[in-house]
Amino acid sequence: MTVVSVARAGKPRIAAAYAAAVRRPLDGVPARSATVAIELDISNLRKSYQATTTILDGVSLAVPGGQSVALIGSNGAGKSTLLRCCLRLIEPNGGSIHLLGEDVRALDHGALRRLRAQIGFVFQRHNLVGQLSVLSNVLHGAQARISGPRGWFHCMAPSALRDEAMHCLDLVGLADFAGRRADQLSGGQSQRVAIARTLMQRPRLMFADEPVASLDPSAGEEVMELFAELIRQQGLTLVFTSHHINHALRFADRVVALRGGRIDIDAMSASLDARDLRGVYE
Amino acid sequence: MSDATLGGPILRPGVVPPPRLTRPSAGMFALYVAAGGFFLFSLHGSDISVRSFIEGLPNMARLVGEMFPPSLARIQSVGISMLETFQMAFAGTVIGVILSVPLAILAARSLTPHVGLYYVARWLIALFRTVPDLVWALFFVVTVGLGPFAGMLTLVVDAIGFCGRFFAEAMEETDKGPQEALTALGARKSGIVFSAVLPAAMPSMINSALFTLEKATRASVVLGLVGAGGIGIELKVAMDLFQYDQAATIIIGVFLLVLVVERLSSMLRQRILRQST
Ligand SMILES: Nc1ncnc2c1ncn2[C@@H]1O[C@H](COP(=O)(O)OP(=O)(O)OP(=O)(O)O)[C@@H](O)[C@H]1O
Ligand SMILES: [Mg+2]
Repeated sequence: MTVVSVARAGKPRIAAAYAAAVRRPLDGVPARSATVAIELDISNLRKSYQATTTILDGVSLAVPGGQSVALIGSNGAGKSTLLRCCLRLIEPNGGSIHLLGEDVRALDHGALRRLRAQIGFVFQRHNLVGQLSVLSNVLHGAQARISGPRGWFHCMAPSALRDEAMHCLDLVGLADFAGRRADQLSGGQSQRVAIARTLMQRPRLMFADEPVASLDPSAGEEVMELFAELIRQQGLTLVFTSHHINHALRFADRVVALRGGRIDIDAMSASLDARDLRGVYE
Repeated sequence: MSDATLGGPILRPGVVPPPRLTRPSAGMFALYVAAGGFFLFSLHGSDISVRSFIEGLPNMARLVGEMFPPSLARIQSVGISMLETFQMAFAGTVIGVILSVPLAILAARSLTPHVGLYYVARWLIALFRTVPDLVWALFFVVTVGLGPFAGMLTLVVDAIGFCGRFFAEAMEETDKGPQEALTALGARKSGIVFSAVLPAAMPSMINSALFTLEKATRASVVLGLVGAGGIGIELKVAMDLFQYDQAATIIIGVFLLVLVVERLSSMLRQRILRQST
């Protein structure tokens, strides 16, 4: 792992944060003691798009560092809305959100940008820029640290950054595809590149909104395994949504079900089985 | 039930296709009548006369007859003006396209830094587009004097009027997914514009730019008529002096020039669209 070169390339503050983030997995399994900080703390969150329908009606959820949470619920239950509210990709109507200790709703534009930089977000659709190369797309993950053209196209990026992007691509097994146009990849490969882009952020926390829903079952399994493994290695906190009950039980420490705008089930996955979760979809 | 023998299935009672034609509303009907009436009025206004047209036919035949064979008498100066024409078109297009990019960013609703700038940019582009190029040419001839510089400025304005609008539309129509992804990872607005919006809009923008070059080549021929440089003035002089054979050379030259530019631009289009960065 190129922790040293990575730390040298970035601004000191972010580099230190990253070093702290990657030190945890090197020490072994993330600690689950009472001293672990709450990294995501949502309290009484409310969101409605129109005045008549409430999507989130007072959701509270606290996720300690290193935990992996699966968010389930039927179509339209508000899972994507919840994740988007956490990064203020859409504005919540009420309640509070604390992410990595920051009061998300109180942040100004610049501070919000710096917070977002520390949080990876994998979308259902890979959301790559199809006309650019795979390497440029991965490089985009560093845009919060590197301003200007050096973070736009790989041909203009400093060598240290290109190497880091190659390393991230290597972690998802696509180093050979760096020069390829992103729109020439299969769905599974695209999603892996999107994951590499989030790794390039040196994230401290990861969100994923149905990361494998657009992939066929075997590619979906493969990508989900890779993703979970990378998360585990780096000791990151993960909140992901899924319609696969078995994915939720297998890849998450904890399952949270949304129903009718509220949290219906919130339990450790070890204590659940598939039958317990069926009711969520009725 | 003789209809059934024509092949259609017998429909269940209550399953009825919609009527073939629907009766227009009174308002639409009035509009049709008004449009028809105005067309007749327009024919009258255009002084239409079948007799003049028929009487003109021999003249046309004589004109075409005198054009052939085209004369190569002044081929050298015609060639030079032709080159000047294309230079005007090319320089004007390149400068206009480059200026259009920032203007289009201001004029794209989702990208503009401020609504005020959005309206200023839109208004400027609309002004450039709606005032005809001959009017711009007259304006520039008066302000910077006769010659190709006035023509080039006209084509810059033309290009901005056209590209500004289509670039802005191309940018607005790009996929919002990658832009949201970049927002979510903390990218700046400039980063989103340059690394997500522009690459996605680029194929369409290249298309518009090449089309602008074709348009500018055609337009640059006419600009000479008002003294804004290029081949147009040669054509006018030849016509005024009844040197129809020389005029024919010029017309054929213009035809070839436009044809070559169109061919090259469609070849380039194919090429450029396949690259990646
Ligand atoms: N931009 C929007 N404007 C208006 N309504 C919206 C918008 N986005 C989502 N909604 C509505 O909010 C509700 C919740 O949507 P959301 O996408 O959060 O559900 P979801 O749980 O992610 O569903 P799925 O499993 O289908 O992804 C839906 O009823 C949807 O129609
Ligand atoms: Mg969703």
